[in-house]
Amino acid sequence: MQDAIAVAGLTKRYGGLTAVDDVSFTVATGEFFGILGPNGAGKTTTLEMIEGLRQPDGGSVTLLGEQPSLRRRSLLMRIGVQLQGSAFFERLTAREQLSTVASLYGIGDSRVDEMLNVVGLGDKGADRVEKLSGGQRQRLAIASALVHDPEVVFLDEPTAALDPQARRNLWDLLQGLSDSGRTVVLTTHYLDEAEALCDRVAIMDRGRILELDSPAALVRQLNAPLRVSIAPQELSAEQAAALPGVDSVRLDAGALILTTRQPEVVLSRLAAEGRLAGLQVHGASLEDVFLDLTGREFRS
Amino acid sequence: MSRVRPPAVSLAMAMAKGFWRDRAAVFFAVIFPLMFLLLFGTLFSDGGTSRTSALQVGDVPLLDDAPPGARGVIAETIDVRRSDDLAAALGEIRQGDADAAVVQHGDSVQLYYSQADPVLASTVRGTFEAIVSSANIGASGQPPQYALEVETVEDETLSPVQYLTPGLLGWAIASGATFGAATSLLQWRTTGLLRRLRLAPVPAASVVTSRVGVSLGIALFQTAVFLATGMLVFGLELTGWWWLAFPLLIAGTLAFLSLGLLAGAVARTQEAAVAIANMVVLPMAFLSGSFFPLDGAPAWIRTVSQVLPLRHLNDGMLDVMVRGQGPTAVVLPLAVLLAFATVLTAVAALFFRWDT
Repeated sequence: MQDAIAVAGLTKRYGGLTAVDDVSFTVATGEFFGILGPNGAGKTTTLEMIEGLRQPDGGSVTLLGEQPSLRRRSLLMRIGVQLQGSAFFERLTAREQLSTVASLYGIGDSRVDEMLNVVGLGDKGADRVEKLSGGQRQRLAIASALVHDPEVVFLDEPTAALDPQARRNLWDLLQGLSDSGRTVVLTTHYLDEAEALCDRVAIMDRGRILELDSPAALVRQLNAPLRVSIAPQELSAEQAAALPGVDSVRLDAGALILTTRQPEVVLSRLAAEGRLAGLQVHGASLEDVFLDLTGREFRS
Repeated sequence: MSRVRPPAVSLAMAMAKGFWRDRAAVFFAVIFPLMFLLLFGTLFSDGGTSRTSALQVGDVPLLDDAPPGARGVIAETIDVRRSDDLAAALGEIRQGDADAAVVQHGDSVQLYYSQADPVLASTVRGTFEAIVSSANIGASGQPPQYALEVETVEDETLSPVQYLTPGLLGWAIASGATFGAATSLLQWRTTGLLRRLRLAPVPAASVVTSRVGVSLGIALFQTAVFLATGMLVFGLELTGWWWLAFPLLIAGTLAFLSLGLLAGAVARTQEAAVAIANMVVLPMAFLSGSFFPLDGAPAWIRTVSQVLPLRHLNDGMLDVMVRGQGPTAVVLPLAVLLAFATVLTAVAALFFRWDT
């Protein structure tokens, strides 16, 4: 099947700063693709060049088999865009907003109520956008991006500035977006979000793509040790270090943390000795991958 | 299948609703200028008819024994009240409650008046000098050698409401269109709505058309409210070609929309855009004669005002709405306003940015 998006050697410079530096990737049709990175990594600029909002200084973009251009109305009909921020008309209700956007795509009002229900705003149609919560505004922005049933949807940090509960609620909505064969491109600076939603993730920092794979494969490649923590009164640090399979031991904030590459050996020994109180097991996360790739802690 | 509105129509509806629901915007576009019309219309409505009030202390045969014809003339110009006490009468003058006091001792008539208002003072003096001279002529027993015939001529000086309504309406249209364009451009740019619209399959012409349509609608609404208030409250009389004001207000709206676009394109924040628009529109309104006629202004101000688009809008509206002039009166204002719209739009395009 044809790739929905193909990007090769994409470069954008602002004065002396290279915001996007020789970026190449493809997104398959129906894929949920994530671009993960801290603020200023070049995620939004990359997205804007794919959408056709910005002209690249170098490289090429193919979107649904065409070169993106704001003048190609047939192409604009096939893509949906949710922008960072709250791009709404002032003092309109949620239904009026969506109805206005729908009319730009030649879509009638019957689809508007349907979309409000899809994003969970069925009972908020008569509320003005100024009264909606941050999460509800993001849902409305997503509904605006989906109202014409586009083949490719671009979501630029849809959960930025939301509290953790609202973020997780929104994930439920986002997870279903690619079910019907739709291609989704999402930028985020939340590692857990990329892990939870994306089929593949491009990790981006300072304008370059550092790594690109499925979240699980990225973590696997790392071959990072597992962290097993138990209550500190179960074992002394010396006893723990003497256990077979334990690489290192650390006492941290009321927990004894053992790192190991042989979790089956360590866990069965602890179980046999009945020392499992307060047990927690942590695998490596994208956070560790980022740290490994950049040598820096991830700062969102 | 539900009906689908054309993009330009639905965008115009979205903007019109946004305007109508913004109480501050409606207030400043419609109510605020209307308050000026009510205020000025009321303040100036009886300015020409006030009579001089004079206090007659004791017997004043000059007034009391005047022949009936002269007495009528005196009553038209002076409101005479009687007072018994000169000190009390002078007190009233000092308080501003009376304009003059008159006392007669034998053949000598003594007039007391205040110099606080020089125009009023000279009116009071002139009036009593005239009364005294005509009494002198009467006392001489000779027929007057000269007679004064008076007749009023309709001149270019209009009654206050006739002058105020077109001028204040011009100011209202100028500020409505300028602020509307400046603030909505800023809001659309800072929230990202402008970029969102760029990514929708809608030609830029539809977006521009909808904004022009909404501003024209607001201008028509302002006109309807102003004319209704002027006619119903102050007896405004429109002359035959008044409907030529419509092409003028369309051209005016375009000119001030482009001014607002320029302010919105140059400014970085909403506050800055409003400040720029205020700095341009308010002085322009004063210099264009929106609030008071420029007849008494220095010649250089009248010359400078010729470069202001609002001056031409006001002149054109005055000519066709209340001065009874025909189509030739709108040619120059239309040309100037459309030229302004073209030039300012071109300059605004140079400064235009899609995002912050």
